[in-house]
Amino acid sequence: MSIITLIIKREFITKVRNKSFIVMTFLSPLLFVAIAVFVAYLSSMKPDTKRIAIHDKSGLFVQEFLKKNSKKATYDYQDLTALDLNFLKDSISAEAYEGIIYIPKVQDTKLLENKIQYISNDSPGIAFIENMQDIVANKLTKANLEKAKLDTLAIKKAQAKVVINITKASGEESLKGLNEIKIGIGGAFGYLIMMFIIIYGNMVMRSVIEEKTSRIVEIIISSVKPFQLMMGKIIGTALAGLLQFFIWACLGFILLFSVSLFFGVNIGPVSGAQDVLSAQPEMSSSAALYIKELWNLPIAGILAGFVVYFIGGYLLYSSFYAAIGAAVDNQTDSQQFLMPIIMPLILSVYVGFFTVINDPHGTVAIVFSMIPLTSPIVMLMRIPFGVPLWQIAISVTLLFASFLSVVWFAGKIYRIGILMYGKKPTWKELYRWMK
Amino acid sequence: MSTILEINQVVKQYGDYKALNAVSLNIPKGSIYGLLGPNGAGKTSLIRIINQITMPDSGTVIFDGEKLQPKHVQHIGYLPEERGLYNTMKVGEQCLYLAQMKGLSKAEAKKQLEYWFDRLGIQGWWNKKIQELSKGMAQKIQFVVCVLHKPKLLIFDEPFSGFDPVNAIIIKDEILALRDQGATIIFSTHRMESVEEMCDHIALIHKSNKLIEGKLNDVKRQFKTNTFEVGILSDKPEALMQALSQNFSTNPAQFKSLNNEFKLNIQLGNASPNELLNSLTPFGQITHFVEKIPSVNDIFIQTVSGS
Repeated sequence: MSIITLIIKREFITKVRNKSFIVMTFLSPLLFVAIAVFVAYLSSMKPDTKRIAIHDKSGLFVQEFLKKNSKKATYDYQDLTALDLNFLKDSISAEAYEGIIYIPKVQDTKLLENKIQYISNDSPGIAFIENMQDIVANKLTKANLEKAKLDTLAIKKAQAKVVINITKASGEESLKGLNEIKIGIGGAFGYLIMMFIIIYGNMVMRSVIEEKTSRIVEIIISSVKPFQLMMGKIIGTALAGLLQFFIWACLGFILLFSVSLFFGVNIGPVSGAQDVLSAQPEMSSSAALYIKELWNLPIAGILAGFVVYFIGGYLLYSSFYAAIGAAVDNQTDSQQFLMPIIMPLILSVYVGFFTVINDPHGTVAIVFSMIPLTSPIVMLMRIPFGVPLWQIAISVTLLFASFLSVVWFAGKIYRIGILMYGKKPTWKELYRWMK
Repeated sequence: MSTILEINQVVKQYGDYKALNAVSLNIPKGSIYGLLGPNGAGKTSLIRIINQITMPDSGTVIFDGEKLQPKHVQHIGYLPEERGLYNTMKVGEQCLYLAQMKGLSKAEAKKQLEYWFDRLGIQGWWNKKIQELSKGMAQKIQFVVCVLHKPKLLIFDEPFSGFDPVNAIIIKDEILALRDQGATIIFSTHRMESVEEMCDHIALIHKSNKLIEGKLNDVKRQFKTNTFEVGILSDKPEALMQALSQNFSTNPAQFKSLNNEFKLNIQLGNASPNELLNSLTPFGQITHFVEKIPSVNDIFIQTVSGS
């Protein structure tokens, strides 16, 4: 067995056998699902009903509010116009009212537009205020229309409601929510790749620091070249990362597959989506549609993209991490050097979420998906929207080419750094080592 | 005697600092070669070059008749001064890994490991992690890793540090046994008594330059001052001193003895030991007559502080 395979094997086995690896691989998907379920459960919980007192001197609106009362509603409106307003104000906390809607008596309803008050000790939510405003405004509009002798029914009929259907040039009809799915998938994978780069890059760095501080590095590099050791470490750790991703992908497929079965969606390209929907109208929930669309995404392309960009991005970044690990004596010293590495990663996630999502094929998105430091994340976010092959080719070529040059410089820092003890090097010294 | 390692005019520069200034050494096969020098003299730089951890800026290193090259790492064993092993890895796995790096097959490595573990009485440690062992125990493992692949050349940097006296003797005997089996040993240490005891050759490096090299006895001969340590029970010390001062230079000496004698260091000059004896005998009973041979410690201090 050649020495580099020996090193790769050791790094891989050490990483995979580590308890935290096992826990992270099998527990974090569970945790992820658990959190999703928990959040869904929380948002489905009915908030406490809040009592709102209505003091409507005009008498025009109280019925509108009371109409809104139901068992399910969050707000319970009560007509307390009979009581004195000051008395009501005093009794807000005693009677446990959330607040009072005060509508004064006016000659002209026009004046009401900015005369209505909501009296409360707490700041109300924006949605609640808008809801109240809508109730009053609707009533006022209706009254105004009647006053102007306009046919409200005719106006209602005349109002047009537009839904634009999104279809592909190939003619196949697609779902309106598909863009959101693409954003979700692209975002999730982009974020995942950032996490992978940071987590596995850090692993490489920790392992370098461990060898350096335990001084075993001196024994090892008396048998192998420092560059071999560095590459063996980087590759071995990458394999552990890929294994983890592979396990997650398998778990994800099993999950998607079982959810699909549950909703009765035919798995496989396009064929008979309509048949399924028409055959099982009771199942044609939007959930089934979304899952159907998930299967129609270029899953293979996304997964392949993830693997290629993870390898490229990880190799590029972990060379930095390895060089930093070699340059410092302990992890606390590494912070100063890590900053410039994390920055482009965070930048690419921001670019991904703010630019790619709005305009997946715009100039900014294209440029950032070419720059090697940001391309792994940005390009991965673009892939679900369909990226021309030549762009991917350029981006991947640039990524791997820059990896080769970075690893060469990193190797120089590494070679000198691992034998330097004690002092934390400065940027200037690192630059000198590279020469 | 043929040489296993020939270092010719090796220069190593770190920035503005010259760690080795045209150092040449010849290390004879089968010797225990003491590499001496104060801290920062350049010993570690030299050892790193022999281990091919760093490359010399100029000069050559010849290993066993060939120019030093990567394949030679299989024939070199290195015990660095700063010891270290993977803390969380099991002893057996760790040793196998490091042995395979030195080119041993897994089966061969295992066989050798069993031999050494048995020999040092540490059979039960195979599945222990280094962090569970004491410092001295870890040192033993490190020693095993260093000698496992039967290297022709062994480099020990302070091999006894961290060992208790019992284990230090065990390790010393193992080193001597390895020498008897044909290995050459480079021995870098500040413990002069072990140099005295074990080394047959020494070299002294100071401030990046080699100052002394040779067989230990030759070096001592070179440094001896023809001085004798003398003890004499004399009734007439004044007369004795007067007689001696005509031919010799004398100094009061200190050594342990049971008698209350007159103790002197006497430098012979051009005279022979017998002439000195003859001039002493008339003045009393001679109880002590030894040539003063410089210790390695003396040579070290004299050379380093004199330069």
